[in-house]
Amino acid sequence: MRKKREKKEAALALSRRDFLKGAGVTVSGGLLVGSSAAAAEAAVSENVVGPGPVPITLRINGENHRLSLEPRITLLDALRDHLNITGSKKVCDRATCGACTMLMDKKPVYACTVLAIEAEGHDITTIEGLAKDGQLSPVMEAFWKNDAQQCGFCTPGFVMACTAFLMKNSDPTLEEIEKGLGGNLCRCGTYAGIRRAALEAAKAMKGAQIHG
Amino acid sequence: MQAFEYASPRNLSEAVRLLSVRWGESSILAGGTDLISAMKDGISTPKRLVNIKQISELGGIEFSPRNGLRLGAMVTLRGLLDHADVQQHYPGLIQAAEGVRSEQLRNMGTAGGELLQRPRCWYYRNGYGLLAMHDGKSLVPDGQNEYHAILGNSGPAYFVSPSGLAPILIALGATVTLHGPRGTRRIEVEKLFVTPTRVGQREHDIQPNEILTEIRVPYRAGVRTATYEVRQKEALDWPLAAAAVALRVEGGVIRDPRVVLGQVAPVPWASPEADRALSGKRPSEDVADAAGRAAVAKATPLSKNGYKVQLARIAVKRAVLSAVQQGG
Repeated sequence: MRKKREKKEAALALSRRDFLKGAGVTVSGGLLVGSSAAAAEAAVSENVVGPGPVPITLRINGENHRLSLEPRITLLDALRDHLNITGSKKVCDRATCGACTMLMDKKPVYACTVLAIEAEGHDITTIEGLAKDGQLSPVMEAFWKNDAQQCGFCTPGFVMACTAFLMKNSDPTLEEIEKGLGGNLCRCGTYAGIRRAALEAAKAMKGAQIHG
Repeated sequence: MQAFEYASPRNLSEAVRLLSVRWGESSILAGGTDLISAMKDGISTPKRLVNIKQISELGGIEFSPRNGLRLGAMVTLRGLLDHADVQQHYPGLIQAAEGVRSEQLRNMGTAGGELLQRPRCWYYRNGYGLLAMHDGKSLVPDGQNEYHAILGNSGPAYFVSPSGLAPILIALGATVTLHGPRGTRRIEVEKLFVTPTRVGQREHDIQPNEILTEIRVPYRAGVRTATYEVRQKEALDWPLAAAAVALRVEGGVIRDPRVVLGQVAPVPWASPEADRALSGKRPSEDVADAAGRAAVAKATPLSKNGYKVQLARIAVKRAVLSAVQQGG
């Protein structure tokens, strides 16, 4: 779906450029048939949005949310301040600590450093999306069993990073876990418990479908 | 963060048209891992962001022995790490990308952005500018300079070049393509980096309305590569010193060595002295050590960073040993 849309839009952009150059009037795909050069010019400037609020649709844990946000609003702030989805934590807010980790198309990212407007069209998974039908995900379960948290503030980010890591590495060594979770910090120092939890979750998940 | 306009063009020429001719008015948004934080800190205050991630011609990795490697600027570090040809032919580049120890950053950060990230110098990050000027004088020589330059630091620039990929790319003779309103130009990665000599000068040879579109890395059969980073902690942080090496071993001796240090000077620091110490020699621990010594022989540490001389020496030694130990 997305690919198709991109192709269409790429063709549109190309046509606009041709128009601006004053090049031939044959337009690919017939998308701009009937437009004038002036209309094409307007179309280009319409591609610039903001600085005021812009309609943005975010797909979070399988559900679409329509929002009106300034381009400067990060994905993290959009969820926490505008949708009241507050499981992902805001700590350093500088792409360093990992507390805001979400999955974007199943890959872990720092949501504090992704603009909400950039996240449009991507599948976002947060800690709220891991438990299914009241059942903790294997990673959540393993964190709980191994006492892999103290104050708990880094935990949602660690669980998301760990979930993504185990989706790519189903049979990790302790060293691989250490390196794989290098983008998250725990100031209480619960790393030993987190590594144990990751190992146990890997075992629990073997052959099983991973949530998220 | 100050409010800004936003655009996400689908092709290069539209992107260039959306950019300003003046620094500070518009910024290119790639992975955003450096830029967004700099904007929150008020270090960068663009009125317009141009997201270039939707431009398909900036993506893709291609390799052939004849043409070498072409990396689209928007290839993520994760995309680079997962590519079989890069793994097979450029292990030193893989080691450098692994140096970014956060999977989140590897998923977001791009190859082009990695080269063009701004220095980590804490004076710069706190608003004193690249030259850390206060009352017409640099704050670095008498200040907190433990992470600053030990080479190329006669002033006024004392920050260190933060790129992890640049040293190995330079050692391999890579080039970058820059696209601007007057067409494209291709320059060596080494020439992309400049030491600023006056306030307001950028540390890269790039114009505000130019876009780094691709990185090209030549391929030479039998080249062995390695990157070695010395770091304070294993988790996410920039290294204290780094070295990248490309060389061949022919008839039992080292040929065409190229040693480039990172994190020690305002630019990635090529060391012809280390190259000479290696060229024509049989690989051994002593020869690798001699290259390390030669690389730092002219170091001029500041008041608090003398320890970096030793780290840089060892980084070179270990990078050389790692490279020669590869088959090839």
